Amino acid sequence: MIRSARRTRRMLQVTGAGAAALLALSACSSSGSDSGGKPESSAAAGGADKVSGTVNVFAAASLTESFTRIGEAFEKEHPGTKVVFNFGGSDSLAAGITSGAPADVFASASPKTMQVVTDAGDAAGTPATFVRNQLEIATLPGNPDRISSLKDLTGDDLKVVLCDKAVPCGAAAQKALTAAGLELTPVSYEEDVKAALNKVVLKEADAAVVYRSDVKAAGEKVEGVEFPESAEAVNDYPITLLKDAPNGEAGKAFIALVQSAAGQKVLTEAGFTAP
Amino acid sequence: MTSPRKAGAVARLRTGGPRRRPRAGAQVRGGVPLPLLVPALIGLAFLLVPLIALLIRAPWPSMPELLASTAVWQALRLSLVCATAATVVSMLFGVPLAWLLARVEFPGRGLVRALVTLPLVLPPVVGGVALLMALGRNGVVGQWLDSWFGITLPFTTAGVVVAEAFVAMPFLVISVEGTLRAADPRFEEAAATLGASRFTAFRRVTLPLIAPGIAAGAVLAWARALGEFGATITFAGNFPGRTQTMPLAVYLALQNDPEAAIALSLVLLAVSIAVLAGLRDRWMTAS
Repeated sequence: MIRSARRTRRMLQVTGAGAAALLALSACSSSGSDSGGKPESSAAAGGADKVSGTVNVFAAASLTESFTRIGEAFEKEHPGTKVVFNFGGSDSLAAGITSGAPADVFASASPKTMQVVTDAGDAAGTPATFVRNQLEIATLPGNPDRISSLKDLTGDDLKVVLCDKAVPCGAAAQKALTAAGLELTPVSYEEDVKAALNKVVLKEADAAVVYRSDVKAAGEKVEGVEFPESAEAVNDYPITLLKDAPNGEAGKAFIALVQSAAGQKVLTEAGFTAP
Repeated sequence: MTSPRKAGAVARLRTGGPRRRPRAGAQVRGGVPLPLLVPALIGLAFLLVPLIALLIRAPWPSMPELLASTAVWQALRLSLVCATAATVVSMLFGVPLAWLLARVEFPGRGLVRALVTLPLVLPPVVGGVALLMALGRNGVVGQWLDSWFGITLPFTTAGVVVAEAFVAMPFLVISVEGTLRAADPRFEEAAATLGASRFTAFRRVTLPLIAPGIAAGAVLAWARALGEFGATITFAGNFPGRTQTMPLAVYLALQNDPEAAIALSLVLLAVSIAVLAGLRDRWMTAS
């Protein structure tokens, strides 16, 4: 995600600035880019139509694969632009934005984290739900334990991992379990959805409750099992342009591409559902 | 070990000023040069300000409530138990390993020593992944542990101890090895000429000689184990009461309740300071 040239530049800044760099560090680590993108973006400010410069997109980790593809399409569509992503947990991205990280677009994995940004007055306009994500059970390839429902996970001999209740996928899983009237004791509450999935990919756990998009992204390494209760815990993904966007025009164009038929196609192929 | 030295070292720390008794390299005559003083103070501030900030930003009024929950005590107890167990494991295997590195000439010793210190610089998450590859249910060794003895380490308290020992043991090995190199081998040779076997010499002569080094290494290892996060969450997972240690609880609390995270951090900070302060004398002698 971080290109080496920029890292070198950042390191020069850090070593050069001495004590001030200590303060700058926090800003650097949470931002996908730095002032290096400015000259290009100020050129874009003149012409309203012509989109150019660097777009800084802060996006939930679960969007990594699909947004990377959309970003490539964007750069092709608008020659001279560069999309720089900062993928991470929605909460930490939101924290970065509210503390002044220079971002143009924020795509969050939950309305709750988006609200952190809107409450702080950092969003330009109202965030729009651009995609939904649903839960699925990830099992070992070939489903050796013959898991076909959420209830099958409650067996004693199965090692099941869930996301921690503190993160969106864990909260959603809990909602689905409550809707099904089931109680489930996992072997671990993982810190995020990828960690939960990887315990199954590594065959350390027999099953995990994760997003459908993550099951898709894992390919052959896991097998997905859909369950009806997942409808009770659908996760909305909101996207918004940010108020202090250094390159607002390009940011707007990027959001338009995400919401366009082409963008939606990439997202649904990745396992998301249209809003 | 000798008490005057210990007293001197402690006194030096307490007063901070120059001492009468000259000691090579121990003090600077005249004023402290500015090019040294300024970075030194920045360094000091860099290390201390975050900790002070934690105290300032702590939600003091709601502290009792935040700390009253059983989950906190469960995590703290688990942290203390696992860190202690990891330290014991590190001592059982680390001291002999340090002795091997310091006293026995064998081909590739330098390489082995470098490899031993690898977990020190390895990102802990990488350590956790490596442990999964080795001791996981499907791991190189783990699959045999599972099929022969029915032992699986991931998602168990034993797994936490393993993860913590993996990152903590190098601290002990380095500390003990350094002490061994500084210790005069002629004491052991003398014991050998008097008829003691090499193991007896180690047990009766070397071990008491290097006891301060072992203690120092054990404290370091314990502190490292107590703070271990990456390898633990990767290898042992996160289940309250079984594998959720304090650092994991802090990290997860930070996701949606930063105040609770600060409160938990303070508990961990207090415990760490208490232990380091309690062992200060022994710690100082060894250094």
